[in-house]
Amino acid sequence: MLKHIWAALTGGPVTTDAPPLDADALVQLRDAELAGRLDAAAHRRLGRSLSIRAVDAGSCNGCELEIHAVNNPIYDLERFGIRFVASPRHADVLLVTGPVTRNMAEALRRTWDATPDPKWVVACGDCACTGGVFAGSYACVGPVESVIPVDLTLPGCPPPPRVLLAGLLALLESSAEPLSAIAPPAGRQGHSRP
Amino acid sequence: MYVGEDPLFGLMNRIGKPVDGHRPFPRYRTTPGGWRTLVESLGGNTLSVVGLWGEPAAVHVALREELSGDVVVVSLDCPNGHFPSLSAVRPSVIRLERTACDLFGLVADGAVDPRPWLDHGAWGVTHPLAVPPGPAPAEPQRYPFLKTEGEGLHQIPVGPVHAGIIEPGHFRFTANGETVARLEQRLGYVHKGIEGLMAGRTVGDAARLAARISGDATVAHSLAFARAVEAALGVAVPPRAVWLRGVMAELERLANHLGDIGAICNDAAFAFMLAEMGRLREAVLLTNDAVFGHRLLMDRVVPGGVSVDLPDDGGKRILELVAELRRRFPPLVAIYESKASLQDRTVGTGIVSIRLVSRFGTGGYVGRASGRGQDARRTPGYAPYDDLDFEIPVLTAGDVNARVWVRIREVEQSLSLLEQMIRRMPGVPRDSHGRTPLPRVDLPAGAGEGMALVESFRGEIMTWVRLADDGTVARCHPRDPSWFQWPLLEAAIEGNIVADFPLCNKSFNGSYSGHDL
Repeated sequence: MLKHIWAALTGGPVTTDAPPLDADALVQLRDAELAGRLDAAAHRRLGRSLSIRAVDAGSCNGCELEIHAVNNPIYDLERFGIRFVASPRHADVLLVTGPVTRNMAEALRRTWDATPDPKWVVACGDCACTGGVFAGSYACVGPVESVIPVDLTLPGCPPPPRVLLAGLLALLESSAEPLSAIAPPAGRQGHSRP
Repeated sequence: MYVGEDPLFGLMNRIGKPVDGHRPFPRYRTTPGGWRTLVESLGGNTLSVVGLWGEPAAVHVALREELSGDVVVVSLDCPNGHFPSLSAVRPSVIRLERTACDLFGLVADGAVDPRPWLDHGAWGVTHPLAVPPGPAPAEPQRYPFLKTEGEGLHQIPVGPVHAGIIEPGHFRFTANGETVARLEQRLGYVHKGIEGLMAGRTVGDAARLAARISGDATVAHSLAFARAVEAALGVAVPPRAVWLRGVMAELERLANHLGDIGAICNDAAFAFMLAEMGRLREAVLLTNDAVFGHRLLMDRVVPGGVSVDLPDDGGKRILELVAELRRRFPPLVAIYESKASLQDRTVGTGIVSIRLVSRFGTGGYVGRASGRGQDARRTPGYAPYDDLDFEIPVLTAGDVNARVWVRIREVEQSLSLLEQMIRRMPGVPRDSHGRTPLPRVDLPAGAGEGMALVESFRGEIMTWVRLADDGTVARCHPRDPSWFQWPLLEAAIEGNIVADFPLCNKSFNGSYSGHDL
């Protein structure tokens, strides 16, 4: 095992480069009018770190597998100051997956209530964004935003780790500086800050 | 060979009449009297229950004769919504019967446990798949957990929202100090109504739902659905599609086993293994993406064949992956074996007896770690596995360590299978334009009933489907292997300490979504 650790120490990093800051994700943030709730005090308090609580609200487990993957040595989310925490009371961000089953809606609401302000909600995966293939079922409420307010959507079935990384980094960047400081991408008009 | 009456077909000839158009296994329709004879026969050990599912006015049970591997379906019409319960002789069907009641309002008379299971009173409707569905529930009812009484006992409720990045479910521990006296599970939180959504859909739309029954076993569930549909329609898929399906299924098994081995060690506080196995798992997923265009291989297996063929360098890339894993995996296994502190956690923890896995018909690594070698790839067997060399590892210790070792051995087998399949992959003749067509056939629209047994990384999936005359899905029931594994987790943890629960749970890695549907 010591040989193995030595090889890992001397072999150079296996981690991939950080994805470029995702302009589309930033626009989605603006669309969700996150800016209004990101006051200076919140920025000071959070600095450049985010604590995330993952909530499975009915996913098929595909999204969870990819959320696990962003924590592996290849994508290594923690190098950016973003980490997953065990309780909503320790979290800044709820990362919600699934088409919100009726059996989970109450638990999701309570988890949101237990998360201290300021807080953000990221809908992760097609089901969480739109209900996906499960839309219209007697057992599903629908997209996450029909139960709690959503700040960022990360579509995909499931969203691959690079998309998850880019989206979460966009959230980190926007919480570290006022959104007005981030230039909207060319050709797309962002919402003005209230 | 048996002397005298065949234990399965002899019984079927006595109690039932064969129903036409059910493939590949026969289906028999029986009477209430015949059903009661069946209940008596299930008291013995000859037969195991492969599945039990409802329809608006009928109940079906799939059975396997353990020695010969023969499979049949027995159906009972229930015009008044009642049928004699099998749960007294077969505890594995308790939750399946509760589900049939929740979804269809079918009451199992004499059931051991009449409590609801998937229905938490939140759907705004009762018996949603019955015709017509029941009224909305009057008011939310408290779920009565089983009583545990005794001096010094205390309860620890856990979930549905867990501390890790895992699916939701509720675990009610009753502990005496650190020792677990009873664990009771409550599942159903991720019930999405998949069976209801599939009804009335085209086969193509239903296949997309089947691919999302359990995201980690998307290939296996897609394959089970596709093979059930193809059986119902009597369609044979091109040989290359069959082999490509095999390649995808083994890549899925590989990725999941590697992830599980790492995660189990991590739950014993050995994070090194999680990091190392995470790298190997990622190597598989990157290959999946490069070769088939999706990291988890979702929607790649479709009824009629496959939706994507290997690119020109696909075979080479997969062989390179096999070579890389053969080089990097064994040293990690040696580390797993040599760490006394890790072995101290996994050896002798969470033991499941062979008596229980036989009684529950439990498959996959849970069954095979406790001495039950059932593997659908071998029995009943299906292409391309009937043409390939592989071993099914079976251990008898039944503890966490045995479940890790079954996975280690299966990783080795999957690597060998991948190599065999890539080297022997049948080609497709070019068409008149010089192009190579996708190995996929169009499905005729027609009625039929089909069933398939497919070995996922977790164990045996049974999917049953009935197609209507217009080719849409009239009823589909996918039974995830977790149905017969979750109940044994309750037995495995008994007498262990609470802190070993994550370890036991991870070694089972039951699917919540596949179970809750």
